Amino acid sequence: MFEALFGRLTWDSIILVQEFEDPNLNTFITAGAAAMMPVGGALVVALLFWMKWWKPLFEWLTSVDHKKIGTMYIIFAVIMLFRGVVEGILMRVNQAVGLNGGFLSSDHFNQLFTTHGTNMIFFVAMPFLIGLINIVVPLQIGARDVAFPKLNQISLGLTAVGGFLIMISLLVGEFSTGGWTGYPSFTGRLINPGVGPDYYILSVGISGLGSTLTGVNFAVTIYKMRTAGMSFMRMPLFTWTALCTSILLIYAMPPLTACCLMLGLDRYLDFHFFTNDMGGNLMNFINLFWMFGHPEVYILILPAFGVMSEIAATFSGKRLYGYTGLVAATMCIAVLSFMVWLHHFFTMGQSTTVNAAFGIATLLIAIPTGVKIYDWLATLWGGRIRFTTPMLYLCGFFVLFALGGLSGVILASPALDYQLHNSLFLVAHFHNVIIPGVLFGVLAGIYYWFPKIYGFRLLDGYSRITAFLWAFGFILAFLPLYQVGMMGMTRRTVSYEDPALVPWLVVSGIGALFLGLAFTFVLLTLWRSVVHRKKLMVPFGDPWDGRTLEWWTPAPTPEWNFAVRPRVDSRDAFSEAKAKGTAYQPVEKYEDIEMPANTYYGLIIATLGSGLGFGLVWYMWWLAIICFLGCIVTVITYAFLPERKKIIPAAAVREIDEAWRRAAREGRGVTRDDECKQANQGLARPDLVINP
Amino acid sequence: MIDPPLTLAVADSFLQPMGPVATEQLRYLKYVIFLTMIAVVPVLVATPWILWRYRRSKPTGKYRPNWESNPVLESLMWGVPILVVTLMGVGLWNTTFRLDPYKELGKDPLQISVIGLDWKWIFIYPDEGIALVDELVVPAGRAVELTLTTDTVMQSLRISAIVGQIYAMPAMTTKLNFLAARQGEATGRNTQFTGNGFWKQKFQVFSVSEEEYEARMKKVQASDLALTADTYALLAVQGTAEEAKKALAIEHRRGPIEMVLGDAKIFQRVLARYMVEDMTPESQPGSPSYDPAKSPLPAAPEKPMMDMKM
Repeated sequence: MFEALFGRLTWDSIILVQEFEDPNLNTFITAGAAAMMPVGGALVVALLFWMKWWKPLFEWLTSVDHKKIGTMYIIFAVIMLFRGVVEGILMRVNQAVGLNGGFLSSDHFNQLFTTHGTNMIFFVAMPFLIGLINIVVPLQIGARDVAFPKLNQISLGLTAVGGFLIMISLLVGEFSTGGWTGYPSFTGRLINPGVGPDYYILSVGISGLGSTLTGVNFAVTIYKMRTAGMSFMRMPLFTWTALCTSILLIYAMPPLTACCLMLGLDRYLDFHFFTNDMGGNLMNFINLFWMFGHPEVYILILPAFGVMSEIAATFSGKRLYGYTGLVAATMCIAVLSFMVWLHHFFTMGQSTTVNAAFGIATLLIAIPTGVKIYDWLATLWGGRIRFTTPMLYLCGFFVLFALGGLSGVILASPALDYQLHNSLFLVAHFHNVIIPGVLFGVLAGIYYWFPKIYGFRLLDGYSRITAFLWAFGFILAFLPLYQVGMMGMTRRTVSYEDPALVPWLVVSGIGALFLGLAFTFVLLTLWRSVVHRKKLMVPFGDPWDGRTLEWWTPAPTPEWNFAVRPRVDSRDAFSEAKAKGTAYQPVEKYEDIEMPANTYYGLIIATLGSGLGFGLVWYMWWLAIICFLGCIVTVITYAFLPERKKIIPAAAVREIDEAWRRAAREGRGVTRDDECKQANQGLARPDLVINP
Repeated sequence: MIDPPLTLAVADSFLQPMGPVATEQLRYLKYVIFLTMIAVVPVLVATPWILWRYRRSKPTGKYRPNWESNPVLESLMWGVPILVVTLMGVGLWNTTFRLDPYKELGKDPLQISVIGLDWKWIFIYPDEGIALVDELVVPAGRAVELTLTTDTVMQSLRISAIVGQIYAMPAMTTKLNFLAARQGEATGRNTQFTGNGFWKQKFQVFSVSEEEYEARMKKVQASDLALTADTYALLAVQGTAEEAKKALAIEHRRGPIEMVLGDAKIFQRVLARYMVEDMTPESQPGSPSYDPAKSPLPAAPEKPMMDMKM
């Protein structure tokens, strides 16, 4: 009876119990992490009751507004980033003190690097970028929403299921120890019969489905929902990169879903896709995984490149240099990203011709990437550069990303990869492109677009300190790993025996602590800015003298984005309207606006999906079957329900929009000298003061 | 690149190469860094310069808000990376072929078969009729060819100071050719994560003179321990070589486990087990329920197994 109900879940599976059975520093850390689940959950519930926030919470969870969904993606990513940073610190500190054994048990360390990688890629980097895309793209193309608002909610729901599974594994059972790549046969049923790999497969597989749907959604949004006059070659560069990312998501995620499904069949139903015996072949998994895995790198980096393009133009007060070249380079990267996956396993024994071909294909990517960096530098050339927080991230990106590119080119050579593969050199390389590339892009983007959505700027001083801390922490934490890797240290080792490595790893451990401080400053910035929000308000909605359409609305942006969808006849339509003085002219005719109504669809799918995943992990078949059938019934039911819309009457829109336009016409605005001061209310004054 | 302290007696890095492959890899690394600098240095120099020159507070250059294209600059931007990548591509193609791990580095290389286990390596010298655990002895100056497989999960064998790495996978063989140019000691290790004992999985490589090599082989050939299906099953239990000594009841012996080759076909039999058997948790080395008594090796196949080479 017990087994039918709870499957293989027993009392001992609860991590907290293990602390009482075997207390030491290692179990204290696992138990502490486990305790955060119930304690954190209880605190959140208490807060919701205390502040009477239940109603607004459900208002958000059922919303199909792209800005709210984007925000939820980013909040989710920040929570997961907290976990990822803590895990990173634990690993680096453990190695810093870990000559001939650290304070973490081997098994614990192995779970840490697996969850750290899985978490940072699937539940931090991707939600961050998808969140930004959600918030910004519809605004940049002058749309009121995405093409499929409900599907957007489902994508978020499925991502949350993955997050739920990886989080609950802290409390119940264990996560995989096979690394974020999860290679069989290590993750196969014979070698690893526990729940860890099942958690991995299900969290990555289910959230991957959500990402595929996001790709479809945004590709269609960008193809079909652009406002009048916005041809492809007038789209802002961030939208271009979002389009390329969407295309990559559509083509790259299915191999991941497939290989997770096949590994699942191996584990649950005794199939032999990737087993050692009966004709199974683990090389097929590696192939499929990296067919997803390499484009994934560009899924992450392209939107960050998009953010950098917007920032370079805005904060140097001039047009983007080489728009056509940047678009071409983005497309080149998107296409080439599908042709290089084999460089992740040069050492698997295939023929030299194959290795050389894929090595050269990898080198080719360096060309468009180099062009992009030169284009941004040329954008700054002849500008009037303001050293705001996003600019600091951009500068850090220029210098540090170039180093990451250098190490990437080194690893692209099969002859050198034979040495450096699986070493900490590789770990240093991908952190060197992901932190200064993706993370800097995301943080710069959040600072840049935050006032647009929430109506107030983030505090400048705190944001600057945060930027410096990230850069400083990164340099200390990861540059030493290049040297350590060349000295022969492999990745994923809980300990080592060579004393010559100690000084480098100590520096790296200190760097990790700085990265922890940087994360704390992200939260601190947010908190202090919320406290001081009255002084940071930018109701006119254009705090940075923006160039593209998203700045042409009040802040916070109303639910319908644009009272009247703008017509564009050039790339920097808003800039030109401001220069001509026509940006805030009265509009003659307003119409009723139809917006999709709130729905519980995504929430239901997320709940059932979590039940399905948890049931499958623990062999609680009744739960899995009920939830699976529930998902199918939900999808069918919603397909037959008539679409519900809410109508926002023209009069209401007129009232808000006219007030905004009138105030903007009458307001004086500020020049860029006062950009980061209280005087900046989001109205930019034409800037003729400097060097006429 | 900072050279590790010279007090380190055992080379564990291609920064102190002991053979032609590692030497060439180090040389090529420097070449790649030099070439890439052609594209990277302009960025590193231009970034601070442009930021300074066009700072809003006190700019020195002319404001050109609508400047967005320049054909000369554009062709430089594409041209320089294309040139660098072309040069690098040529080097990449050449080194990839020259340093192919499947390419024999001399006539009639010394053949050694390697079986990767959790967390140790068995080196089988079929011609000498011996096997060593976690120690590889080779004559300096002579080409060596390793033929690798594993009897657990995927592993990757690397001897940094002499040669790079190659994956070893169950049911398949891969090859790694190398040559130690001078006498000395190097560390080899598994670089592919394989579980709790992974970080301990390393072995010593001794590159010795012909005479020393002969003497060493003679010594091992006199060992009272034989590598047979039975002792092999004990070695396959998860643990380091030191831990395996207990199972073999030789824990008092110092140095590596030395065995005569009791079964000349053991390597083929390990390969064959995945072809003919449906593995169970008890018979699969590396599984938590592995039981040496319930893990029989099949007979060696009539025909040799196919090479992994695609």
